[in-house]
Amino acid sequence: MEKMEKAVITVIGKDMVGILAKVTALCAEKGMNVLEVTQSILQDLFVMVMLVDITGAAAGVAELADIFDDLGAKMDLKIHIMHEDIFNSMHRI
Amino acid sequence: MNTKEILETINMIDNEDLDVRTITMGISLLDCIHPDGEKAAQAIYDKICRYAERLVQTGEDISRQYGIPIINKRISVTPIAMVAGACPAMSPVRFAKALDSAAHSVGVNFIGGYSALVHKGFGPGDYALIESIPEALSETELVCSSVNIGTTKAGINMDAVKKMGRVVKETAERTADRECIGAAKLVVFCNAPEDNPFMAGAFHGPGEPDCVINVGVSGPGVVRAAIKKEGDGKSLTEIAELIKRTAFKITRMGQLVAQEASRRLCVPFGIVDLSLAPTPAIGDSVAYILEAMGLSQCGAHGTTAALALLNDAVKKGGVMASSSVGGLSGAFIPVTEDAGMIEAARSGCLTLTKLEAMTAVCSVGLDMICIPGDTSPEIISGIIADEAAIGMVNSKTTAVRVIPAVGKQAGEELDFGGLLGMGPIMDINPASPLEFISRGGRIPAPLQSLKN
Repeated sequence: MEKMEKAVITVIGKDMVGILAKVTALCAEKGMNVLEVTQSILQDLFVMVMLVDITGAAAGVAELADIFDDLGAKMDLKIHIMHEDIFNSMHRI
Repeated sequence: MNTKEILETINMIDNEDLDVRTITMGISLLDCIHPDGEKAAQAIYDKICRYAERLVQTGEDISRQYGIPIINKRISVTPIAMVAGACPAMSPVRFAKALDSAAHSVGVNFIGGYSALVHKGFGPGDYALIESIPEALSETELVCSSVNIGTTKAGINMDAVKKMGRVVKETAERTADRECIGAAKLVVFCNAPEDNPFMAGAFHGPGEPDCVINVGVSGPGVVRAAIKKEGDGKSLTEIAELIKRTAFKITRMGQLVAQEASRRLCVPFGIVDLSLAPTPAIGDSVAYILEAMGLSQCGAHGTTAALALLNDAVKKGGVMASSSVGGLSGAFIPVTEDAGMIEAARSGCLTLTKLEAMTAVCSVGLDMICIPGDTSPEIISGIIADEAAIGMVNSKTTAVRVIPAVGKQAGEELDFGGLLGMGPIMDINPASPLEFISRGGRIPAPLQSLKN
């Protein structure tokens, strides 16, 4: 079986209607399966972290980063997508 | 999925200037040596372009993949004096131009290795190269030069020290119309490491493989933020622990990038250099870390002790995070590249004498320091000799990168722009060491026992 490749999407910004909907719609469009979502609102700040399976995604992380940058700019949010290896290597021995 | 850790990483990158400072490809030029200088220069150009063709693009791809800024992509090569020795009829400047055009072709922002290793004496190539440094640095844009004039095992070559005082001054004079920037690309080393990825002192040592990837991490901003956030009321034991933990995380990121770059470029991974390299960006400063530890300003009494703690803790934290550590590894103190040091030098709190003491415990030496333009060559040689002596006796790397500001006096400023930053011209002691420097010869290697 092919090893599952995962990435982490983080969304930070002002809370508003439809953030989750728009981000997940884009995930679906690009063939990424959402594995886990957590979100919280600290004062007015919306923080969402998603773990997604990018094994079958239509593009590599580098290209997806550009696509999510565009969405973030449109919605005035900071959206990052980063390969999960960065978090594993920084925080796990 | 641990959201706290994920958000911590994002915060380090977005708000605390965490980045990989440089991916440096080391390329051996030993197989380009040819008695016909033109053929050798062409072989050098071709080999660099062939090996480093995909370096910049790969660096950018990795940066996007992991969301980590990778600031510089650079190349280091075999000390050119070794190549130049085979063709005495041609000026080594021809090689500097070949390096410069290769660097432009592949899109890197610096290429290091216009260098000579003369700690025990000169070969013909070494003489020619050292004499050509002022011309080479004034006629190229991306070439960096370094000369190793001493080691703990060989002692200090005082003939080379004498020469380098004049070469530093001439290099500044030849680039006087460009803020004397030539001197900012010239480092005089004692105990130079062969695998250093950081400019201006990077070169690819003769003991290295044909091609290798070395990575320099950074992150003074992250260490400072960690101390600010969690250091309140903590003892220095606890501060050292905190720095170690932070350095570990920074280095793991560097290790990941290094392995990935090595895999994608099919080039062996060399080392991760665990250095805290400041930039002029506010917050990304080693001086601010020392101030976060409790000094009112960098340069105050206590600065050397704080720096010693920092330097050691960074290494201890980083060593476990990487499979192979090397280069300079530690905390850099380049004055013009560090917002906190610039402020401290402007206010007079940080002086050249204090900086010299700090170099006994930091990872390199007197770095990016502007001195008055009328400083005599023998005084510059004196500065180099002092610094080399500290390195030689303490078995550590030390270096001098001073910029004589032609036509300017102490209190005025030089502004290089970009990563090289800006800074005030510092006062120097004008008493002359002329007779001492003129003697030449060698300072013998120090005893390695009876240490006190």
